[in-house]
Amino acid sequence: MAPYYESKDLAKFPDMGKNQPHLWEKFLAWYTEATAVEGALTRREKSLVGLAVAHTVQCPYCIDAYTTQCLETGANLDQMTEAIHVASAVRGGASLVHGVQCRNIVEKLSM
Amino acid sequence: MSTREADFERTLAEQKLDLRPVSIETLQVNTGKLCNQACKHCHVDAGPRRTEMMSPEAIERCLDILRRYRQISILDLTGGAPELHPGFRHFVMEARAMGRRVMVRHNLTVTLDPHPLTGESMEYLPEFFREQRLEVVSSLPYFQERETDAQRGQGVFAKSLESMRRLNDLGYGQEGSGLLLNLVYNPVGAYLPPAQGEIEAEFKRQLKSRHGLLFNHLFVITNMPINRFRHFLERAELYDQYMGKLVGAFNPVAAEGVMCRSMISVGYDGTLYDCDFNQMLSWRVNHGAPHTIWDFDFDRLMDRQIIFGSHCFGCTAGAGSSCGGATA
Repeated sequence: MAPYYESKDLAKFPDMGKNQPHLWEKFLAWYTEATAVEGALTRREKSLVGLAVAHTVQCPYCIDAYTTQCLETGANLDQMTEAIHVASAVRGGASLVHGVQCRNIVEKLSM
Repeated sequence: MSTREADFERTLAEQKLDLRPVSIETLQVNTGKLCNQACKHCHVDAGPRRTEMMSPEAIERCLDILRRYRQISILDLTGGAPELHPGFRHFVMEARAMGRRVMVRHNLTVTLDPHPLTGESMEYLPEFFREQRLEVVSSLPYFQERETDAQRGQGVFAKSLESMRRLNDLGYGQEGSGLLLNLVYNPVGAYLPPAQGEIEAEFKRQLKSRHGLLFNHLFVITNMPINRFRHFLERAELYDQYMGKLVGAFNPVAAEGVMCRSMISVGYDGTLYDCDFNQMLSWRVNHGAPHTIWDFDFDRLMDRQIIFGSHCFGCTAGAGSSCGGATA
């Protein structure tokens, strides 16, 4: 069976505007400004945030796109690796902090 | 359109751009292919074993051209490492005596490595540059060792910093000295360079805080898909992807400022080209125009049609790319 993810499919992303162009245009305007236009954050900082989130949502298209965007905004592998660690640590921490719920329930159920 | 046959001239026509020469402000002379380094991305395929070198007669002829055409205000020396040419000092001193701006494409490490052919020390170079008030333009792909050495060879980063320190000590890169030390950034791989202003600020901050080093400007250059870099792209099966990226990032404003409109490139054998990249492809200036330094004719060269190819998308992508950095 063909794999679900093909890197060449990233170029087909604009096809998502074919049947609902107004929704695609709204998304694209928002997405472009949020991720690629300098604001309170620099373009490099936005790229690193995007890379971190890409790993959290485990989207291979996003990882490809934001890895390239990080390089093209002058980020280096030390910074990119650290950003991925931040995302992974928050994600790990999010699991771990739910242990409090487990402990609360144990406490409630226990004599 | 297949990126393999990416048609630059068709793109210019679609954009209604007519890129004719506007001046010959710069004579960029490639003195030969001998270099102390063998960088992975080098479009000249230069290295320590290359023997091609400009003759003394050709150097004299270039000086004659500068003498005759005052409109050519800049002599831009490149290679290889131009400092390794035995006529380098004479060439520089004569051009400076005529009052020309002289830029040297200086790889920094050449100061510290012995001459690959003669073994002579090159440590006199920084002082010679200062005496002649040369503008020094030096490649430094990144402000960290790993990225720099990956592209330019092991140990290059440390040597480059030492060489920069010697230039700084003589006043290069120091505000108010008038001694220009400009760096060149090019990506360490198959991607476009960052915005020039942003990466220049980062380089300045990092080199000063980590190493106490100064420079004036950072020129951002896109890797050209020819020769050694093209071979890398093809081996990594990235050629089509990279060309697609360059074509997709075509910027008409950057195109207006391409360097071939204001320069002539001279090969080590005296042949004339529109730019250093066409030179490496052996695409001499177009039919009908004089094509060597021996029949150099300023007016006819100003009338020439610049020769374009798919690699020209490298100079027009994004903010543009030239030997002086971004063009848009």
